Amino acid sequence: MALTAVNTTKNNQSVQNEELFVYNTKNLNLWYGEHHALKNINLGIKEREVTAIIGPSGCGKSTYIKTLNRMIDLVPGVKTTGQIEYRDRDIFSKDFLVEELRTRVGMVFQKPNPFPKSIYENIAFGLKIHGIKNKQIITETVEKSLRGAALWDEVKDRIHEPAYGLSGGQQQRLCIARCLALEPDVILMDEPTSALDPVSTLKVEELIQELKEKYSIIIVTHNMQQAARISDKTAFFLNGEVVEFNSTDTIFNNPADSRTDDYISGRFG
Amino acid sequence: MENTARVKSEEMVSRIDGRLAKNKVVKGIFLTATIFTSIILIVLLYRIISQGAPYLTWDFFQNFASRRPEQAGIKAAVIGTLWMMSVVIPTAAILGVGTAIYLEEYAKKNKLTRWIQMNISNLAGVPSVVFGLLGLTIFVRVFGFGNSILAAGFTMALLVLPVVIVAAQEAIRAVPKELKEASFGLGATKWQTIYRVVLPYAIPGIATGSILAFSRAIGETAPLIVVGIPTFVAFLPSGYLDSFTALPMQIYNWTSRPQVDFHNLAAAGIIILLAVLILMNSVAVWIRNRYQAR
Repeated sequence: MALTAVNTTKNNQSVQNEELFVYNTKNLNLWYGEHHALKNINLGIKEREVTAIIGPSGCGKSTYIKTLNRMIDLVPGVKTTGQIEYRDRDIFSKDFLVEELRTRVGMVFQKPNPFPKSIYENIAFGLKIHGIKNKQIITETVEKSLRGAALWDEVKDRIHEPAYGLSGGQQQRLCIARCLALEPDVILMDEPTSALDPVSTLKVEELIQELKEKYSIIIVTHNMQQAARISDKTAFFLNGEVVEFNSTDTIFNNPADSRTDDYISGRFG
Repeated sequence: MENTARVKSEEMVSRIDGRLAKNKVVKGIFLTATIFTSIILIVLLYRIISQGAPYLTWDFFQNFASRRPEQAGIKAAVIGTLWMMSVVIPTAAILGVGTAIYLEEYAKKNKLTRWIQMNISNLAGVPSVVFGLLGLTIFVRVFGFGNSILAAGFTMALLVLPVVIVAAQEAIRAVPKELKEASFGLGATKWQTIYRVVLPYAIPGIATGSILAFSRAIGETAPLIVVGIPTFVAFLPSGYLDSFTALPMQIYNWTSRPQVDFHNLAAAGIIILLAVLILMNSVAVWIRNRYQAR
C-alpha cells in the first residue's frame, strides 16, 4: 500500500510516461547461493518497443530475463531482493500468481523447444491448459497464431504432422506462435536465434519487427549486430550490473560509458 | 628458444603392433565370457525342454494338482499367478509411479529426500525372503488376510516397489528440461506440466522398467513360501481372500517329489514360466521400440 502511495506522487509529474512502462525493475539483486548474479538493477521497459539486453557470457542477462516471468524459480537456491513491477504489480507478491504472470508474459527460449506433438497440438497446448475446449476457437487461434508468426503459409497443409519435422527456424517460429496463441502483453526472448542459421535468423528478426506493433518485446542477445538491427532500446549488462541503458542508437553510436564502447567495438566479450 | 621435439612419432608408430596385440587379447577374453554364458543357457534350456516338452499336453493345462503324476496339471498355479499379478501390478504401479513423481517433481532436494532416496535404492537389494517375512507379519497376521491372494500380492508388490520407483524416477528425470520450461512458460501449473508433458514423455520408460520388475514377481518363490502359500491346491480361487498357489510354488513342489515324472512336470512348469517371462520382456521391448521410433 505504501508503495502505491509513492507511485502516485511520482505519477503526478509524468502520468503519461509512467503508463507506458510494462516493466519497472527497482534495486533488483539476485543470488545463486553465494554468487551475486544481479547487482542493483534498475530498468524501466516501455511498451510496444523492442528492448535488447546485451553483454558478455555470464553477465546476468539471461538470469535477468528469466526473472521477469519468474522462470528463475525453477532454479533451486535463488534469492532475490528488490522489486520488479509488471504493469504496476509486484511480480514477487503473493497476490500475483506466477501462472497469471506467465500467461500475460510469453517466453521464447534459446533452443527451439516444441512439444513432441503435432504443430496444431503445440499451439493448442496453451489454450487447453487454460481451460479452452471449444474446437472451433482452438482451430481459429491455431491459424491466427501461425499467421502471426509468419509460419502459416509454410505449414498450412501439415498442421497435424509432428512439429519435430520442421526445420530449426520453423520450430522457433512455432514456439513464437505458441506464445502468441495466449495473446500475451510482453514476449521475452532468450537468445532466440543463437541455435539458428543466418537465413532463419533473418526471418525471426523480421518477425520481431512485425510483432513489435502489437507486443512489447524484451530480447537477450549475444549478437550485437542483431541488437543494433532490431531494437529500440539497449541495455548493456556487465558482471551483473547495468552499465548503460539508452536508445539503441545512442548505445551503438555515442555510448556514455567507456566499457560499453569497448564491448560494442569488440575489444572484449 | 630451440624447439626440441620430446615426442617422436617414429617411436609412437613402432608401438602400434603391441597395442593391437593387447586389443586382440582383451577381445578374446570378452568373447570367451559371452560364449561361456551362452553355453550354460543353452544346456539349461535343452535339459528343461527335452524333459518337459512331452508333458505339455492339453490335460496339463486343464488339470489341478494330483498325487498321480499322469493326472497332475498346472491349472491352479497359472490362474493363481494371474490373480496374484492382478494385485501386484496396480499396487506397485500406483505406489511406485506416485513416489517417483513426488521425489522427482515435488520434493525439495534436501537431506531428507536424499536419505529416502538412498533407502529406496537399498531396498531394491534386500533379499526377497525378508520381504516374505514382512508380508507374513503385516498382511497375513496383523491385517488378518491369511495365506490369501491379497497377502501374497501385497508382499510381492512391496518386493518390486523399489525397482518400479527407481525405473520411473530415471524415466522422469530423462524428460528434457526444455519441454518442462515450455509448459511452465505458458502458465501451466505443476500438475498440468506433469500430466501433459512429463508423463507422456516418461511413460514408455516407466512401462519398460515396471514390466521387468513385475516379471520378477512372477518368478519369485521365497516370499511365497514364507507367507505360507500352499503348494497343493485343487480348486480355483473365487475372491482375493481365497487361498491359491502360484507357478513357482507348483514347480518348487514338484521338484521336491521323489518320482522322476514329477521332475519332468516341473520342467514343463518351468517352460510355462519362461514363456510368460519372455512374453512380458517382449512387451517391454516392444513398448520401448515403438516410442523410440516416434
